[in-house]
Amino acid sequence: MTENKLVRMANQIATFFEIQPSDRAANVAAHINDNWSPPMRAGLLDHVAQGGDGLSPLVLEAAAMIRPARAS
Amino acid sequence: MKDLIIPPKGWTKDMGTPERTGKPVHLTIDGVAITVPAGTSVMRAAAEAGITIPKLCATDSLEPIGSCRLCMVEIDGHRGTPASCTTPVTEGMQVHTQTDQLARLRKGVMELYISDHPLDCLTCAANGDCELQDMAGAVGLREVRYQKGENHFEVRANGETNPRYIPKDSSNPYFSYDPAKCIVCMRCVRACEEVQGTFALTIEGRGFDARISTAAPDFLASGCVSCGACVQACPTATLVEKSVEEIGTPERSVVTTCAYCGVGCSFEAQMRGDQLVRMVPWKGGQANRGHSCVKGRFAYGYASHRDRILNPMIREATDQPWREVSWDEALAFTAGRLNAIRETYGRNALGVITSSRCTNEETFLVQKLARAVFGTNNTDTCARVCHSPTGYGLKQTFGTSAGTQNFDSVEKTDLALVIGANPTDGHPVFASRLRKRLRAGAKLIVIDPRRIDLLETPHLGDSWHLPLRPGTNVAVLTAMAHVIVTENLTDQTFIAERCDLDEWADYAEFVRNPDYAPEAVEGLTGVPAGLIREAARAYAAAPNAAIYYGLGVTEHSQGSTTVIAIANLAMMTGNIGREGVGVNPLRGQNNVQGSCDMGSFPHELPGYRHVSDDAARAIFERAWGVTLDPEPGLRIPNMLDAAVGGTFKALYIQGEDILQSDPDTRHVAAGLAAMDCVIVHDLFLNETANHAHVFLPGSSFLEKDGTFTNAERRINPVRRVMAPKARYADWEVTQLLANALGAGWSYTHPREIMAEIAATTPGFANVTYEMLDARGSVQWPCNDDAPEGSPIMHIDGFVRGKGRFIRTAYVPTEERTGPRFPLLLTTGRILSQYNVGAQTRRTENVVWHDQDVLEIHPHDAETRGVKEGDWVRLASRAGETSLRARITDRVSPGVVYTTFHHPDTQANVVTTDNSDWATNCPEYKVTAVQVALSNGPSAWQESYTAQANAARRIEAAE
Ligand code: SF4
Ligand code: SF4
Ligand code: SF4
Ligand code: FES
Repeated sequence: MTENKLVRMANQIATFFEIQPSDRAANVAAHINDNWSPPMRAGLLDHVAQGGDGLSPLVLEAAAMIRPARAS
Repeated sequence: MKDLIIPPKGWTKDMGTPERTGKPVHLTIDGVAITVPAGTSVMRAAAEAGITIPKLCATDSLEPIGSCRLCMVEIDGHRGTPASCTTPVTEGMQVHTQTDQLARLRKGVMELYISDHPLDCLTCAANGDCELQDMAGAVGLREVRYQKGENHFEVRANGETNPRYIPKDSSNPYFSYDPAKCIVCMRCVRACEEVQGTFALTIEGRGFDARISTAAPDFLASGCVSCGACVQACPTATLVEKSVEEIGTPERSVVTTCAYCGVGCSFEAQMRGDQLVRMVPWKGGQANRGHSCVKGRFAYGYASHRDRILNPMIREATDQPWREVSWDEALAFTAGRLNAIRETYGRNALGVITSSRCTNEETFLVQKLARAVFGTNNTDTCARVCHSPTGYGLKQTFGTSAGTQNFDSVEKTDLALVIGANPTDGHPVFASRLRKRLRAGAKLIVIDPRRIDLLETPHLGDSWHLPLRPGTNVAVLTAMAHVIVTENLTDQTFIAERCDLDEWADYAEFVRNPDYAPEAVEGLTGVPAGLIREAARAYAAAPNAAIYYGLGVTEHSQGSTTVIAIANLAMMTGNIGREGVGVNPLRGQNNVQGSCDMGSFPHELPGYRHVSDDAARAIFERAWGVTLDPEPGLRIPNMLDAAVGGTFKALYIQGEDILQSDPDTRHVAAGLAAMDCVIVHDLFLNETANHAHVFLPGSSFLEKDGTFTNAERRINPVRRVMAPKARYADWEVTQLLANALGAGWSYTHPREIMAEIAATTPGFANVTYEMLDARGSVQWPCNDDAPEGSPIMHIDGFVRGKGRFIRTAYVPTEERTGPRFPLLLTTGRILSQYNVGAQTRRTENVVWHDQDVLEIHPHDAETRGVKEGDWVRLASRAGETSLRARITDRVSPGVVYTTFHHPDTQANVVTTDNSDWATNCPEYKVTAVQVALSNGPSAWQESYTAQANAARRIEAAE
């Protein structure tokens, strides 16, 4: 999956939670943990590790709560 | 194989007049005491008492008109012989249905009818199934004393052409109209008005000159939508199915469920041997109440179409022709490839796509194949591309991912808010039921870019059309919420009792923001602020307001947000938890609901339990004896992305055509082309099969047992009426494949699969085939808490506890118009075709729709020099295609519209990879495009056709 798409999808999710009253970052992380497959999460976390170009601040904040893929 | 199940009284017998629901009234008929609701006719009361009064013009699907007079009775204390169909019962009434006087009078009536009716009964299509014949017998008619005189049935009378004779009209592909046999009972006219709501038929002339007319040269050219209601109502062979003319009358019937749309109509499959004679809507069907549309009623010919592939086929590579092989060879080949891929790339390189056309049992097995045999959660369904946002939105707000009502509920609705749906085309039988309610005075709000047919329907109440710009649903709905909150139109009691108050307080404050006022968003949505205010007030004011929505809501980048906005509206006005209200997703395909329920999604086990839920996984791990992956798998678009990236290699697709139905065709094609083992399991060599290595022939809904779950959560039985033409039913094929991989499954009948579903999924705990046989159908949840099933949900509280308000802000889609792509394309469907058209294109339905066309506003057409019928090029940033233009003001300036039923059009070449933020449901409903004149099919269409033809080659048998 291209970085580009992951960034776009993550930002879209952040846009929804951005305007919610509370737990914004936690909810972004929970949504991604619940719905994204491990390789997709790994891809996103990689991208964050490399500076997170193009990601919204809320995604960057959520990144710490996004579970990495379990080694399999 | 099972004959008609034992139904409650009145489910098959014609009771003469419709059911009523008044206070009990006691009367005596021929000495039999009977109690019926006030308002019931004497005729129906007699039928309830087991007494059949002769009749011609009355039937229980229609209001009586008392025109034939055959049903007269004597009533003590009444003068004369009133018609029993139009006479309501009164307390203590004493009725006699058979006296000398009545017998004489009835014979007289019949004699008159028969004197103007041809006596070619032996060669008539209705022979043995004709009410006129039956009545002649019932009243003991033995002679017709009238001299040959003026009549309607002789081609020539007195040596001259008979001016009253009208030749037979065979223009409709499915039924014929032979005026010579018409007795002018007006059942057809009333059926078209009362049941279907189309008003295609009228009576011309009076008395002896009265004739039925379509007010057009013939049926095909008229407003008739071929629903078949008139044919079913006709007591003679005047209106009769061509299949009956051809084959003869059926000898047995099996009740089953339509395999087309999410209404889930029940039909009697009427059979002669193993030949299907006709499909007749079953009046015991609780979704359709005896009505149907052209698809379910007539468009079943695809099941025996010569294009059907009946033998398994394989090939090493997709540039080779197909090779027909035995089932054993096909399964061995497939298992070999799958095992090799799993060995090299790991279990997550495999995946499945379940079908929302297949049965619950089949879907359950396919996701089980992925999770338990492949060992991956890579399972998805094409419901992804239609209703996944419904799942997300309703689960977040109400706690369960399903519509709240049954279809009967529409009969109690005072206002219907229809958004992003076109029920007359997409869900015709529901539309007929809604229109009946509109004619009785219910109000209507339509939020849709296009002026849909529902707005043209005759109705008594007010109606509003909010023609919004595609993609601005959230802005319009939030503006409605703004009006309801700021004008204090909310239902405070409901909110206080049923919803989370902190969240409500937050939400109310949020929508009060003047930024969300109708005036503030007018520029964005294109809907006049006053109109939004009126609609919001009407919605809030209606005693019972119901929201019905379709793909125009879900197939957007903000699909899930829109569903939440809808739920918010229903909660703040207290429109949840009783008849006549609710939030009703209109599901596209027949088993969208079921395929979601059955755990097709990569993150959810059956019953919407997340794969990370240890307790839920434990249930299945115990039942299946395997360890399950707690991590979510890939969704369809992610599978394709991963395939292009080289990590996803094998896909088993049951009953879906993702190449045609999914957005951004080129990307789908690239993904499929990158895989090493694509297994297509379908009736036909569909478009996806062009990229497949294995083709496993499927079975039609007539060839298997199982269940479909319709849009109202109703589990409807599907019954096998003939043996599978390709030897195996679809569930058997999945089992064979699983066993070729060493699974060791041993189901002998789908009822055993349902038992496994019931044992593992709480909402289905009490569902069994025996129950479905006895009751006809049941709505889930059906368990110890709701042993009778659940017609209406959230009655005493939401499934999640307190209803949850969630903020919804409009976010413009990334798909914006600009100088290169100044128009917005939105897509939809039409009545006679279904989805990607694989089935309907293989029936006579093509007479109504032989190609997809582009609807464009006269203004936009003129500036581009486009005239009606011109070939135009439709281009977006994803791709381009060509089709013919239709100029109409049904669409607003700046908006164009098309359907996607024909593969040559390839409308999805144009749609982009934008998708819903929460579920990745693709954004079909908004694409920025440009339209220009063209000479014919685009280069892509031509190269596509060439590739498709090459890929479809089948090697000649040796
Ligand atoms: S066509 Fe059939 S239903 Fe219609 S008036 Fe004639 S006999 Fe009656
Ligand atoms: S087929 Fe349906 S729409 Fe057509 S005339 Fe008969 S009732 Fe009316
Ligand atoms: S409304 Fe839907 S379920 Fe009913 S007959 Fe038509 S296609 Fe079939
Ligand atoms: S059936 Fe009552 S008048 Fe015709």
